[in-house]
Amino acid sequence: MRARLRPALILVAAGVLATAACTAGGGGSTEPAAAPDSSKPVTVTVWSNFADRELGVLKSTLDAYHGKHVNVTIDNQGSQDDDKITQAIRGGNPPDVAISFTTDNIGQFCSQGSWQDLQPYIDRDKVNLDDIPQAVRDYTQFNGKRCSLPMLADVYGLYYNKDLFAAAGISSPPKSTDEMLEDAKKLTVKNPDGSIKVAGFLPQWAFYAYKPQIVAPSFGAQWLDKDGKSGLGKDQGWQDLFGWQKKLVDFYGQDNLQKFTAGLGQEYSADMGFQAGKVAMAIDGEFRTAFIADQVPTLNYGTAPAPTSRPELYGGGYTTGTIIGIPKGAKNPGAAWDLIKYLATDTDALVTLANGLHNVPSTKSSLSSPNLKLGDQFKPFLDIFANKNLASNPASTIGDQYLKFVSDFGTSWENGQVTDLPGGLAKLDKQIDDAKALGGK
Amino acid sequence: MTATLHSPAREQRTSPAPGKGRGRIRNRNRLWLLVFLSPWAIGLVVFFIYPLLATAYFSLTNYNGLDSANFVGLRNFVYLFTGDEIVRTAAYNTLWLVVVLTVLRVAFSLGVAAVLARVQKGGGLFRVLCYLPSLVPPVAATLTFVFVLNPQIGPVNTLLRHVGIDGPLWFNDPNLSKPALTLLTLWGSGELMIIILAALLDVPKDLYEAAQLDGAGAWTQFRRITLPTIAPVLLFGMVNSIIFALQYFTQAIVAGSVASGSADMVGNSQIIGYPNNSTLTFPVWLYQQGFRAYHMGYASAMAVVLFVVSFAFTALLIRQLRGAAHTEGARS
Repeated sequence: MRARLRPALILVAAGVLATAACTAGGGGSTEPAAAPDSSKPVTVTVWSNFADRELGVLKSTLDAYHGKHVNVTIDNQGSQDDDKITQAIRGGNPPDVAISFTTDNIGQFCSQGSWQDLQPYIDRDKVNLDDIPQAVRDYTQFNGKRCSLPMLADVYGLYYNKDLFAAAGISSPPKSTDEMLEDAKKLTVKNPDGSIKVAGFLPQWAFYAYKPQIVAPSFGAQWLDKDGKSGLGKDQGWQDLFGWQKKLVDFYGQDNLQKFTAGLGQEYSADMGFQAGKVAMAIDGEFRTAFIADQVPTLNYGTAPAPTSRPELYGGGYTTGTIIGIPKGAKNPGAAWDLIKYLATDTDALVTLANGLHNVPSTKSSLSSPNLKLGDQFKPFLDIFANKNLASNPASTIGDQYLKFVSDFGTSWENGQVTDLPGGLAKLDKQIDDAKALGGK
Repeated sequence: MTATLHSPAREQRTSPAPGKGRGRIRNRNRLWLLVFLSPWAIGLVVFFIYPLLATAYFSLTNYNGLDSANFVGLRNFVYLFTGDEIVRTAAYNTLWLVVVLTVLRVAFSLGVAAVLARVQKGGGLFRVLCYLPSLVPPVAATLTFVFVLNPQIGPVNTLLRHVGIDGPLWFNDPNLSKPALTLLTLWGSGELMIIILAALLDVPKDLYEAAQLDGAGAWTQFRRITLPTIAPVLLFGMVNSIIFALQYFTQAIVAGSVASGSADMVGNSQIIGYPNNSTLTFPVWLYQQGFRAYHMGYASAMAVVLFVVSFAFTALLIRQLRGAAHTEGARS
């Protein structure tokens, strides 16, 4: 029996290995596909992670496109995150246009060709990429390969509670991180038992939007060295950032802070710390203005660029955003590109989307459109986006894994588990580089 | 009085057919056997053997899930055992759960089942009440527990405050997050409790009566009669609990994400394992590596190690189980 089974098992194993070796193989064409003839009907499938009202906003923009190209029918499907898009690419049945809320996976999308190279299309149609800020151009490509374009941007700045500022006798938002530290202490109110009643600013890593990539621009912290390797240990900005953050954590007391944050609402709920008036200052994205308008319209707050450690950095901030591209294996790449070009570069389309979604339009032309109606509290975010100090974090082949390493390190640092900051940062660099090397050939 | 029917036709059917005819019947029987087995066999090949062999193959490659795989030998395993600092934390957390959760889950289920076995009035109602939590979907159950154990607004700490006790941080304390997860698991261990209850009710009553006549007390009866009789079921419970702990994923990822204040239920990389990676289990890190860091080859290597460990635990305990069954058989 065993002798009979052996050849069969070998055959099965060979088949399995052959199939496994071929899985998700093949590459996409680099020749730009022509747009469909206007007399030829075509259906373009668009996947995004929008849902409900936001999906409706996208639909209205897509309807406007359809009005101009009546032969193009658009199948607009929401609630499709990066995992689903990637699975569809692996399965050989992707949408024609993919919209992703995060730039974390752009390194893989571009380097492996799972999102097609858009450069041939850009060259053919002479799209002016200079109309897109440099930081935004950076986060939509990887190692010089452009496989996506930006479709709106998120910009992070300082939110401050004007009533709490007035109660603490502070007349304007801080511009330097030193001022911010002092203001945070003044704004903090404690209960008789020493627990926190109102926090000036929450410096816990990965809590709400306090994440390394979002705070790094305030200290001019650089991610990579000149060789493209992780360079946190060689950059003074990171030491300044961690040193500043530790002072604030020590002011509150780690346990006190932990207990206070545990009782705050979820990030996008109405009782989120800043919205509930329990946190006086927060660094957050421009989209928070829409949440406040919807959930706590009576909140008396202002917005400004995030404070910086050096005066010359002030005015900028962190940006990331929604990206759009053509997955490998898309059935109608020519029609897909035409739609992508519209959504990423057409001023009217971007302004409509920005007004509806409360995001920053991602081209310089659209920033100055008189049709932008986003309110006074949104204005600082438009200014940050136009500032030369606008920054983003680099794309990586390991997605956002390196951000976790930095966050973990930050937690160990604030807990006092790491005491040698320069040594710890050097070790962190090695951890990041080793993880990146794991995916190498 | 028994009549024996002699049927020539039947004799003809059951008598061995000579030569080719016999071979044809045997082949036809085999064919039917294969036809009836095929749904199971196809499922086995497609959903078990193929993934198993593919995982073993991918563990030796730098496959990223999108591009074709490249053979890299044992590099993934070398990184797993010498380079990845977080995997050590993840392995420790899973080992903690395997040891603590297995022991407590079996002990807790046995304790509850023993009480339920003695309940005379309303026993059915209590059994239903104890079993019901196991029907709650893991995500909903975890969300509920994170709320109930919220240090500031949760009912448990509110109650403790009323009696003058400053409650712990539960899911927000790296030292208590795993015990909090254990509480959640114990609350939902109704299935094992029902299995053990069935075993307890199956213990022959005459054994207890005989022991009572011999003057054995309750503890002696439990130690000398109950435990040996239900030992195979307890061993099954241990195997089941160990595999459950080795695969601990949903509750850990949801509890960590929600307790961190994030709106991302499935967790983004930075808050996975919150607080301080104390809820980062081996399967959670495996998932992160495969689907977030695009290290599908490395994730496969982790899966191979997890498979080997699970297999070893299971084989060891099945040996014990067989031993217990043989002892039981010899005794009866």
